[in-house]
Amino acid sequence: MSIPTNPFVLSLLALVALQACGNSGTDSDITAKDTAESATSAPASASGGALAQSGRDYVYIVGSSTVYPFATVVAERFGRATQYKTPKVESTGSGGGLKLFCDGVGVDHPDVANSSRAIKQSEVDSCAENGVTEIVEVKIGYDGIVIANAIGSTAVDLSLADVFMALAKDVPGDVDGELIENPYKTWADVNPDLPATGIEVLGPPPTSGTRDAFVELAMEGGCKSVAWIAALKNTDKNRYKSVCHTIREDGAFVEAGENDNLIVQKLEANPDAFGIFGFSFLDQNMDKVKGALINGVAPTFEAIADGAYPVSRPLYFYAKKAHVGVIPGLREYLREFTSERAWGEEGYLSDRGLIPMPDEERAQVASAVSQLTPLSMATQ
Amino acid sequence: MSTERTTLERVEAGLARRRRKELLFKLTGMFATAIGVVFLGVFFTTLIVKGSSAFQQTFLKLDIELSEAVLAPDGELDVRYADFDGLVRTALRAQLPEATSRVDRRALYRLVSVGASYQLRDLVATNPELVGTTQTLWVPASSNVDMFIKGDIDAEADEALRPLSDQQISWIRSLDEAGRIDMRFNSALFSNGDSREPELAGIKGAVMGSFYMLLVTITLSFPIGVAAAIYLEEFAPKSRWSDLIEVNINNLAAVPSIVFGLLGLAVFINWMGLPRSAALVGGLVLTLLTLPVIIIASRAAIKAVPPSIREAALGLGASKMQVVFHHVLPLAMPGMLTGAIIGMSRALGESAPLLMIGMVAFIVDVPGGFTDPATALPVQIYLWADSPERAFTERTSAAIIVLLGFLLVMNFAAVILRKRMERKW
Repeated sequence: MSIPTNPFVLSLLALVALQACGNSGTDSDITAKDTAESATSAPASASGGALAQSGRDYVYIVGSSTVYPFATVVAERFGRATQYKTPKVESTGSGGGLKLFCDGVGVDHPDVANSSRAIKQSEVDSCAENGVTEIVEVKIGYDGIVIANAIGSTAVDLSLADVFMALAKDVPGDVDGELIENPYKTWADVNPDLPATGIEVLGPPPTSGTRDAFVELAMEGGCKSVAWIAALKNTDKNRYKSVCHTIREDGAFVEAGENDNLIVQKLEANPDAFGIFGFSFLDQNMDKVKGALINGVAPTFEAIADGAYPVSRPLYFYAKKAHVGVIPGLREYLREFTSERAWGEEGYLSDRGLIPMPDEERAQVASAVSQLTPLSMATQ
Repeated sequence: MSTERTTLERVEAGLARRRRKELLFKLTGMFATAIGVVFLGVFFTTLIVKGSSAFQQTFLKLDIELSEAVLAPDGELDVRYADFDGLVRTALRAQLPEATSRVDRRALYRLVSVGASYQLRDLVATNPELVGTTQTLWVPASSNVDMFIKGDIDAEADEALRPLSDQQISWIRSLDEAGRIDMRFNSALFSNGDSREPELAGIKGAVMGSFYMLLVTITLSFPIGVAAAIYLEEFAPKSRWSDLIEVNINNLAAVPSIVFGLLGLAVFINWMGLPRSAALVGGLVLTLLTLPVIIIASRAAIKAVPPSIREAALGLGASKMQVVFHHVLPLAMPGMLTGAIIGMSRALGESAPLLMIGMVAFIVDVPGGFTDPATALPVQIYLWADSPERAFTERTSAAIIVLLGFLLVMNFAAVILRKRMERKW
């Protein structure tokens, strides 16, 4: 009994306190009224019709922690250079961000969702259910995922197949169609050309977008090189996915949390270990760690930009067309992000490790953004 | 006689063993304490070694000509659109004229922080009469220059592996020889909000966010907590219900803080429609979190007041309420305040529940009220720790030092309060 009464007592007292200690501005008056209304009416009515009484004078951005370092730089420059307030950028992860984004139209909901993957059909559907119909997709550039070790350690050249064999939970056995629990203990077991050090890889946890992209691009890429598994894709898609996407759990792959700086520090301390993280962290720590070659290509700015480096992914953000012209500064924020001085070859985002798209593609996206061309899933 | 001797003998026989045991126990205790002290020492030393350099910041001295032709080309000064970047760059080029090619110039411009032009803009905005004069100003250097001066970038390393080129390092050295580079107190750390440029990033936004949150928390949780404690201790009939409530309050104190965040998201944001990322909601969530702590501490303080005082007051004809407010409450107050301060210091250090209510966000503008978007000190530390730029490492440690400073002051206040005001019976 006491647990449910507690929050109720508190919420009532909170209401009283809000009216008592709120500052004298009109903002707090509106909030207090809103609160009183939503407290008395049904929960569902709280969301609708909020656009009419525009109560937010800054752009509200949510989403991917990979896009966060780029979006925040744009937000800050935008806030300092214009008369608009600096946008608020929340780091929620791609999935969490799109969920908030799709919750509805109105000042309570975000204007922009950053994402380190393209929006899914299911998310577009849930958006549409909540009245978010016209979504502008903005591809902003590429991010490389690197496998790095300490600067003093041996440089290695890994193929995607090596990566899969070293990190998959089950690997193909001697006979076609047979899977055995991953027996490889050292890199030399996987490929005799590699050093005979134990396999120890520090990587992001499953909640991370970097992990998703790594699994899809590197693991699956190597997985497909085994003919009979590649054939599974057409016959038994679920089995194919579980074989290719499952990372070993016997201690060779260590989940190191979302903090990439921590991985860099651990690599410095342990010369035999490898770490998986985004290119921007390699870029900032070139004197401490070095990226392994993948299929013979080094993770450099140029190699990721021209697509030669195999483990790279596009980054996106999504904007609500319905909010443009309602939330002050949203259109200008979109313009700032898609300007040459931000995302161009020599723009300030490339200094932060964002790999720009080719000129032509940039021009195309920029014009689509300026016309606010909404996303249509059917054509994809 | 014989039995007495045997007892004595027995005692003497076991004495050495008992003393040995005692010594062993003492040593174990000392060892445990030593481990604790060593860990604490390592923690504080690394923190101070890493963080102390963040309180200093590298500045460049530039002679900047506030040319009228650049700032007000059509005769009218508009600080929003004036090209302050251009002025800073011209001054830098005048200082190091050997940079002529476009690539060289770009490398040169990276020595100075983008903050320099903001500083110039603010200067001109407040003193428009300066237009047309030449000012000698100390402007912040970029974070890479700062890292180099502080010795965090190794000039001996391979050029491709460090963020500064040989050319840039030679420029920095020539500026240094000319006396144009100086380390000064990093006031930006205390007067700015968050920024993605390490040399401009500060904790003021986070400190103000934490301040507003704690203000909400203390104004709600202290009166509610004390009222609940008084009712439960002095008025509530002892029954199965009051036992149940007591067990639940004790359980609530041990609930992981993220759960309160989820509750806050569901109740305050989704149901009551309060704004996300606001200090008000953060304060409400922290109120839920600290309430059990304050109730428990306040009940203990009330229990410690001897019953004889209550009985004496009742015997002289005081009502139950008069007993509580004239005698019990004043005597229990130091204990209650101590509990409140300890609750507040726990609330100050929380970041997990704030994650759920949108306070883990990049917010540049310093919050000016309870409903402005805000973040908190521990969240700021978390965000900086995850930033790729190296200069954020020392700022992370510096922010932790500041947070620990606040916690130390609060806990010290609690100790003093207890020592000074508590009465022994």
